[in-house]
Amino acid sequence: MKQHKTQRKAVALISGGLDSMLAVKVIQEQGIHVEGINFFTGFCVEGHTHAIRKKHKDKQKRNNALWVAEQLGIKLHIVDVVDEYKDILLNPVHGYGKNVNPCLDCKTFMVKKAVQWLHEHDFDFIITGEVVGQRPMSQRRETMPIVAKDSGGNDLLVRPLSAQQLPATLPEREGWLDRDRLYDFSGRTRKPQMALAEQFGFTEYAQPAGGCCMLTDESYAIKLQDMWHNRPTREYELDDIIMLKMGRHFRLAPHLKIIIGREEGENNFMQGYKNQFVSIFPTSHRGALCLVDGEFHSDHERDTALALVARYSQGKNAPEVSLGIRQIDGSETQHSVIPMPAQAIKKEWII
Amino acid sequence: MSPPKTEHQLDARRLLCPLPVIRTQDAVAKLQTGEQITVISTDPGAKMDIPSWCRINGHEVKSIQESDNEIIITIEINHC
Repeated sequence: MKQHKTQRKAVALISGGLDSMLAVKVIQEQGIHVEGINFFTGFCVEGHTHAIRKKHKDKQKRNNALWVAEQLGIKLHIVDVVDEYKDILLNPVHGYGKNVNPCLDCKTFMVKKAVQWLHEHDFDFIITGEVVGQRPMSQRRETMPIVAKDSGGNDLLVRPLSAQQLPATLPEREGWLDRDRLYDFSGRTRKPQMALAEQFGFTEYAQPAGGCCMLTDESYAIKLQDMWHNRPTREYELDDIIMLKMGRHFRLAPHLKIIIGREEGENNFMQGYKNQFVSIFPTSHRGALCLVDGEFHSDHERDTALALVARYSQGKNAPEVSLGIRQIDGSETQHSVIPMPAQAIKKEWII
Repeated sequence: MSPPKTEHQLDARRLLCPLPVIRTQDAVAKLQTGEQITVISTDPGAKMDIPSWCRINGHEVKSIQESDNEIIITIEINHC
């Protein structure tokens, strides 16, 4: 009887970086139909900051995962996992990396979601751009099998760039993929990836090895830990984690943090939170908008916040600056303060 | 600037990348081929990302309007 050959289908985890781009191309070269999947956790580096800040207006504002998918000619499914991801960040089984990055749990979670997607959409296997030894936590020789096992991906999880360094997967054993046409990359060097990119004619791609997650960023991690430390619970909402990306943050007391916009783009964006936070704004001079996260327990705390906001207004050298305080219900009070001199800003306030 | 009158509208204002794309993706999934939807976004990235998403999924961008603060994109659905 004549066998009908079915075209095999793979779903690829697409980050927008070079490795996943190469992994897809390697598999496409073997005649496999590939579609991409990208997970939005709320902690993606690109996007928010560029969208908010006018300073970055000359930077190309594009989603790299979408861009990569278009270059490869594949569909991309972007999945909002903000809520599900909270448990990964708050309770990582394998702990955090250098900052608050739960990389091993994160990768396992994403592959697990891809496994679920694969079954729902009748695909055959999963591919990632992982490379043995590339990253200190999730891409070590010892941890890559953990990701495969704990995610349920098992031998349906193919890492085309390092496949020859790893046991043969089902697609290789079944002959859907030719193992000899997969790669044996390992280690932190980017040279093999760059050479392969050149071979495929990829002249433009997102910065190799560039982090794509705010959780690996030290200054972001400090702000997140400060938030956790000063709230009764570590639970968070999407707005909380976006707010950590914008403005100057000053922790004036455990119950009081103020966020002062750094420039026009941030000020405009922060305007949208005026019905959720008490806000402070200069009226006698141009200047930054400030959101108050918490509450004033004394006039002294209020005046400290006012003087700091005045410091970041165009009236910073004026003898006095007038400011308004707007409550969430829209009511306003007017105040005048002497702007805080630079040397009076306490180091311990700055997050 | 008023958005074109289409049967379906998606208000993605104040959402930041990639949420305007995700919301568009979710809204489009519920529509039939030939229907149109207008997406209003304040994220500058939407101007590139939504058309890019449309191209890779076979939908047609009928128009893009831009003012100082808003990007208005009209899409015709094609579930190919």
